[in-house]
Amino acid sequence: MNVITDLGEKKRVMEKQIAGRESKLIFEKSRPGKRVHLTPKSKISQSVKREWIPSVLERKREALLPELSEPEIVRHFLNLSQKNFSVDTNFYPLGSCTMKYNPKINEDMAAHPSFTNLHPYQPEETVQGILRIFYDLEQWLIALTGMDRFSLQPAAGAQGELLGMMIARAFHRSNGDTKRRKVIVPDSSHGTNPASAALYGFEVVTIKSNERGRVDLNELARATNEETACLMLTNPNTLGLFEDEIIEIQKMLHQKGSLLYYDGANMNALLGIARPGDMGFDIVHLNLHKTFSTPHGGGGPGAGPLGVKKRLEKFLPVPLVEKKGDKYFLNGQLPASIGKVKSFYGNSGVLLRAYTYIRKLGIDGLCQVSRDAIINANYLRKKLNGTFVIPYPEFCMHEFVASAEAQNSFGVHASDIAKRLLDFGFYAPTVYFPLIVKEAIMIEPTETESRETLDQFAKVMHEIDREARECPETVKLAPHTLPVSRPDEVAAARNPILTYRDLISQKS
Amino acid sequence: MLSYPRNLKYSKTHEWARKEDKKVVVGITEYAQKELSDVVFVELPPVGQEVKKGRACAVVESVKAAFDIYAPISGKVVEINRQLETNPALINTSPYREGWFFAIEPSNLAELSELFDSEKYEGLLHESAN
Amino acid sequence: MSYFPLTEDDRKQMLSEIGVKSFDELVAKVPAQLKNPVLDLPEGLSEFELRQYLENILGENQTARELLSFLGAGSYDHYIPSVVRHILSRGEFYTAYTPYQPEASQGTLQTIFEYQSMMAEITGLDVVNASHYDGATAFAEGCLLALNFNQRQKVLVARTVHPEYRQVMKTYLSGTDFQIEEIPFTAAGTLDLEAFRKMLDMNVGCVAVGSPNFFGVVEDLDEVSDLTHKHGALFVTTGHPLSYLVFRSPGEWKADVACGEAQPFGIPLNFGGPYVGYFATTRSLVRRIPGRLAGITKDRNGRRTFVLTLQAREQHIRREKASSNICTNQALCALAVCVYLSTLGREGLKDAALLNVDRANTLRSRIEKLSGYQIPFSGAIFNEFVVKSKRSVSLLFEKLLKKGVLAGYSLEKDYPELKNHFLVTATETKTEEDLDHFAKLLGKI
Repeated sequence: MNVITDLGEKKRVMEKQIAGRESKLIFEKSRPGKRVHLTPKSKISQSVKREWIPSVLERKREALLPELSEPEIVRHFLNLSQKNFSVDTNFYPLGSCTMKYNPKINEDMAAHPSFTNLHPYQPEETVQGILRIFYDLEQWLIALTGMDRFSLQPAAGAQGELLGMMIARAFHRSNGDTKRRKVIVPDSSHGTNPASAALYGFEVVTIKSNERGRVDLNELARATNEETACLMLTNPNTLGLFEDEIIEIQKMLHQKGSLLYYDGANMNALLGIARPGDMGFDIVHLNLHKTFSTPHGGGGPGAGPLGVKKRLEKFLPVPLVEKKGDKYFLNGQLPASIGKVKSFYGNSGVLLRAYTYIRKLGIDGLCQVSRDAIINANYLRKKLNGTFVIPYPEFCMHEFVASAEAQNSFGVHASDIAKRLLDFGFYAPTVYFPLIVKEAIMIEPTETESRETLDQFAKVMHEIDREARECPETVKLAPHTLPVSRPDEVAAARNPILTYRDLISQKS
Repeated sequence: MLSYPRNLKYSKTHEWARKEDKKVVVGITEYAQKELSDVVFVELPPVGQEVKKGRACAVVESVKAAFDIYAPISGKVVEINRQLETNPALINTSPYREGWFFAIEPSNLAELSELFDSEKYEGLLHESAN
Repeated sequence: MSYFPLTEDDRKQMLSEIGVKSFDELVAKVPAQLKNPVLDLPEGLSEFELRQYLENILGENQTARELLSFLGAGSYDHYIPSVVRHILSRGEFYTAYTPYQPEASQGTLQTIFEYQSMMAEITGLDVVNASHYDGATAFAEGCLLALNFNQRQKVLVARTVHPEYRQVMKTYLSGTDFQIEEIPFTAAGTLDLEAFRKMLDMNVGCVAVGSPNFFGVVEDLDEVSDLTHKHGALFVTTGHPLSYLVFRSPGEWKADVACGEAQPFGIPLNFGGPYVGYFATTRSLVRRIPGRLAGITKDRNGRRTFVLTLQAREQHIRREKASSNICTNQALCALAVCVYLSTLGREGLKDAALLNVDRANTLRSRIEKLSGYQIPFSGAIFNEFVVKSKRSVSLLFEKLLKKGVLAGYSLEKDYPELKNHFLVTATETKTEEDLDHFAKLLGKI
């Protein structure tokens, strides 16, 4: 056996090993002459081609694009997929994300040729099926939330929020109320709430939560006046606690002429239990990729339908789906509409998945969703209490917030615990949010996890706590078992390499 | 070296100002640099730009956040620290010396006296920490 | 019930361990007047019943494959390799979350990086983000970027840009003080340069045009580009991305921002969504680019690692300028684009593009020969063109639909001065027989 004693040689051997394991880009596997034959043979003659593509309009610059055979392409992408954590393969207790199981029948329906081959500009009489689906979906979302009408157009929750801000402004303007330039958010709110408000030109006023973690009514009274356009809330809030004073809150805001906006990210706690419309919210957005099981797709696509009360209906974006007799049609005649936030009608494929889900579960199934979600969250909370600091001493709803404060004294942070969980095959919960809890760890198990999984997760969390006390380096340098560990994000931001071309020009 | 050198003036938004002959050099304090952690990028105002006291005129970026830098006094930008383009880390390693941002030709020197001295700035920091 | 792993036993035991006698104790904080709302919803179905039920409803649709379709206008029927669907159906891809934890998301991150790389090559620009909701929002975002960069007040947008793109841009700008002015088009269906020269002043921060434009015409953008830059404004372009394989790319037109719809690259018609907006800029704008960006770095062991980078800009709220938050990473759609582009590859993409040029030009010449029809815009086209009919378009469409043909998109509603004009699209999916059949029908009707 050759014993490597020279340190330089050791380093070179290690570098070679690392390079051998490094992930190759598809460009690095590409070679001229490899092809997948797809399109019919072209019969274009050279002269004809020149006439159709005049020289001044012709592309001259070479494009560096891959050339591979089909087997190589499949292997490349499938190997990449194996490096991902996903709901299909791992428990994903991300607070506020509702990473529930994505039913496969939804995928079958969204891939059905009677849907995928529909062009958005086809005559209405040829698309009655999908229009009916949109119409019914709207009715069901109305039933679940207690609102009066929905637009299915927004492509995501954040876009729904932006649309909500547009409608709030249009509403106040129509009343000649031009002084209403402020939007109030609690300090526990999700970042996109103030972002959407500020993006649309509102001034954001943040109010402190009280010691119970809820909206402080005194603070709210002080902040609300004739300049308030809207209060943005989520209920239960980001701590997983129900805003039990919501009726008082609603009265106060409406008395002062303001609107109330509901961020539906936490709707998974309320199905069949309570409705934002009944609570007095004027505008509501839902996240179909959270509560309604449509897949996250590695970050999208989602859908963020927006519901409103009657007095705001006329401001909704065009078109709306209407029914006359037994015919469905798209109504673009909305003179007070704020316009359009997206081309065509919305993320139709996502809407179809949500429709399938709601129809499958039905009223009993939907009620069961929130019940099991709440049981699972409280069960896990009980199991972690004591080992981890749990700041609010009451039952939670579908999610709860713990803190890594106790582990801090060993130099271990919430982000380290998150990384160490990856070694055990668990995706990390949300960390450092909400901002009002130090070293926050936000956990939402959802209703599609078994008791066995929750027991296992609790066991691993206790194990990590033990490691934090006895061998903190194990946690601080985690993950240890994955292909990569603790990337240098500072270098990535100081010297961004964003394309293959960037990469090869760096090397030379 | 003190965390908050006595020969500098400070703003409540964590910028420092140092008078040098006809210009005033500006940077961010030890506290600010610590809060930011590793700086990845700085967007400086162009030379010749007019700036107003209390108004944002530059941006400093870390991996997690981007922050506005406010002009501590009004005037015209006469110099910028080009070294920061290739080495923004200087802001972390040497916030009062090599990590300076830009120099202003002041339009109203009286504004300098409106800024805090190091004692008052340190006091403000302790206050907000409690 | 299929999606609930908890058994009744589990629930009983868990409630007991939590320390309550019934579930109701857990939701005691909900005010009584709100609790247990009456929900007007149907009963659930078994999967078998659900499939039948849905297939019945979907069966009420007539698709653009069952009919012979010449519809385009922003949503295109191109051939999608079978590989795309199979890779996209991997649960490891489609049930993954946004890649905030890089160690757990190298698959997603690398595919985003490869997508960015390929779209940069195709658009001829330097930086591409990980995607927008669609072409219209990407376009609105591109104009906002330009206006914020220049800190000027006005955007000049060509009327030949897709009507929905202009409508969405208007909606997005309604919360700002920015003004929009539309550049008219000539009798040739191209940008009116005379009018444009008069409209260009020092208040203009952005000039936004399309090529190929909404009428399918591929325009010479040299003069528009030069004039725009001479005035210190940014040049934003939009167009069908496959056309850039054979026609001049936005980078070659010296565009600062190229944005539009990447649906033609591997995404089915899907009744309008989900699609994916492409967004590309020059290097100098990299720190203003909205949305996610995947970059390469090394991990603590020196291994190549992909990460989301430059996130600070997108999360930071700069009140003085309308910053962006409208970008969700449409990762799965971007993955489809990545797989499509990889599968067609360098040669396949060129061929597909040439086929589109061939089909549209061939069909156009045939229709031109028919009496009762004219070709008002004779410039170079990619895969769609405008036809003027002697009779009413709605009547024509009705008759053709009865014969199983979707003839195209009527332009009257969006362009009232273009009475009896309609847009016809012929992609590589149209065979010789299809073109023949259509031309014959048009002639007979």
